Amino acid sequence: MTKKIKNLNLNFGPQHPAAHGVLRLILELDGEVVEKADPHIGLLHRGTEKLIENKTYMQAVPYFDRLDYVAPMNQEHAFALAVEKILKIDVPIRAQYIRVIFCEIGRILSHILNVTTQALDVGALTPSLWGFEERETLMTFYERASGSRLHANYFRPGGVHQDLPKGLEEDILKFCETFPNIINDLESLLTDNRIFKQRNVDIGVVTKEVALDYSFSGVMIRGSGVPWDLRKSQPYDCYESLEFKIPVGKNGDCYDRYLCRIEEMKESVSIIKQCLSKMEKGPIKSLDGKISPPPKAEIKQSMEALIHHFKLFTEGYRVPKDEIYTAVEAPKGEFGVYLISDGSSKPYKCKIRAPGFSHLQSMDYLIKGHMLADVPAVLGSLDIVFGEVDR
Amino acid sequence: MKNLEDLEKKINSELTTKINNTEIKHNQIHIEVDKEDIIDVVVFLKTNQDTKFRQLVDITVVDYPEQNQRFEVVYLFLSHEFNQRLIVKYSIAENEVIPSLTSIFPSANWMEREVFDMYGVSFKDHPDLRRILTDYGFEGHPLRKDFPLTGHSEVRYSEDQKKVISEPVKLEQNYRNFDYESPWEGTKYIKEEIENNDKKN
Repeated sequence: MTKKIKNLNLNFGPQHPAAHGVLRLILELDGEVVEKADPHIGLLHRGTEKLIENKTYMQAVPYFDRLDYVAPMNQEHAFALAVEKILKIDVPIRAQYIRVIFCEIGRILSHILNVTTQALDVGALTPSLWGFEERETLMTFYERASGSRLHANYFRPGGVHQDLPKGLEEDILKFCETFPNIINDLESLLTDNRIFKQRNVDIGVVTKEVALDYSFSGVMIRGSGVPWDLRKSQPYDCYESLEFKIPVGKNGDCYDRYLCRIEEMKESVSIIKQCLSKMEKGPIKSLDGKISPPPKAEIKQSMEALIHHFKLFTEGYRVPKDEIYTAVEAPKGEFGVYLISDGSSKPYKCKIRAPGFSHLQSMDYLIKGHMLADVPAVLGSLDIVFGEVDR
Repeated sequence: MKNLEDLEKKINSELTTKINNTEIKHNQIHIEVDKEDIIDVVVFLKTNQDTKFRQLVDITVVDYPEQNQRFEVVYLFLSHEFNQRLIVKYSIAENEVIPSLTSIFPSANWMEREVFDMYGVSFKDHPDLRRILTDYGFEGHPLRKDFPLTGHSEVRYSEDQKKVISEPVKLEQNYRNFDYESPWEGTKYIKEEIENNDKKN
């Protein structure tokens, strides 16, 4: 007598530590082999795009912190650049350096989290303990500049909110001196680790073609051997004047993506160092009083400043009718803002293009035929954060 | 092609009948097409050796409730080879069904689901057109301009029924949208007058 074997449906998440947030993944299993994966997302949907349509341009910035909450400032950057291009305003050079420094800090923050939690998912506990200590240091830099560890709300269309406090530049430089050793320590735990390699090499392989078809970007496409980085190909702010390399993978598997992230962190450190050495004193936001709020002291003295302050914090500034798509190289990939302005002080539409959305969509393709135990490894290397996937 | 103007010319000459208008804005080419031609245009852009727009970056819709053709469908493309971005768009009326790009770009799958979820635009030949971001059993399409910011229903745990229930939104205070525009330039009849004067000149 033959027994009929039915496939098993398994709910992975929404509360699962390896789901990196609120992912409900419905897996169809044949024994231990995954036949089909159907990710259900949207459990963290907050209607960011709708909210932005109802806020002024300045009020829209903090919503971007809450998208990919492990690298908040990279997202603010995309929105700030979009508004700046429509308004046709120039950003002072010091502000550009400050923005690039904090974007690279964001990249390190995000990559540490990703690399160490991926290691955690496949069974290594120590890297996350070592890595999170460094994240804490970086978040104090965020706090000293913006007043907040996570939701910084620091970038503005036209520059940044305020200048760096005294001593911060030196402390960031000190960090840049010590951090490469930490990366080496992490690498000594993982790169040649037998278990880590067994769990990641040849898992979740993405070919060049697939990476293009599935709209991959960032490390996901570089891991497959496409040297594509928006910081190099479509440079924004002062990236053009900086020297850095783009690490590219070979096999497009989880292990190559891990290696890319490690190398990118080293490049980020070098970028921060270059910015710190090139930075000079100067204004940190656009000098146009119609766009940047005046300093508090001036409001007490100047009628003009008082009027500007009042108008900026009630109506906000008006942005001429236009449309634009701007993208930045966020740690997870191409983060884009498609902004349509209608001449009022609120965006008519603001579509947010999140890299994680496209990456997660390929889950079914990537995991088909793999074992159940590979699901966390693949999910980890996709670098999913639900703040941006669900928006 | 590396040069933006050459690329625009090339697209115009190859697809003359299918393209209504092209424009270069902020270093990106904007193309207006008809709904019927979208598949042909996209296949051309993806496969032609001089365009090679191999990646679909995003699909979205813009809602203009006051127009007859209410929705504007927008496709964003990227060409890695030539480092170019391109935007294709067309307008449709409220209940029109539009062709799906899933057969050309697998990544269109979720993007079209999102458009369907947020705007209620349906796609022909889409393999799996379900809601994606909103809750199970959600009603309405949140990104339409006539959908209120606070939504229609809210969810809470009912101690009596011992389950999560959904009920109409009750707000202590309605969402207030202040009109901050200066009365000297913001009042409606003055705006109309300025517009009329502009037209005369």
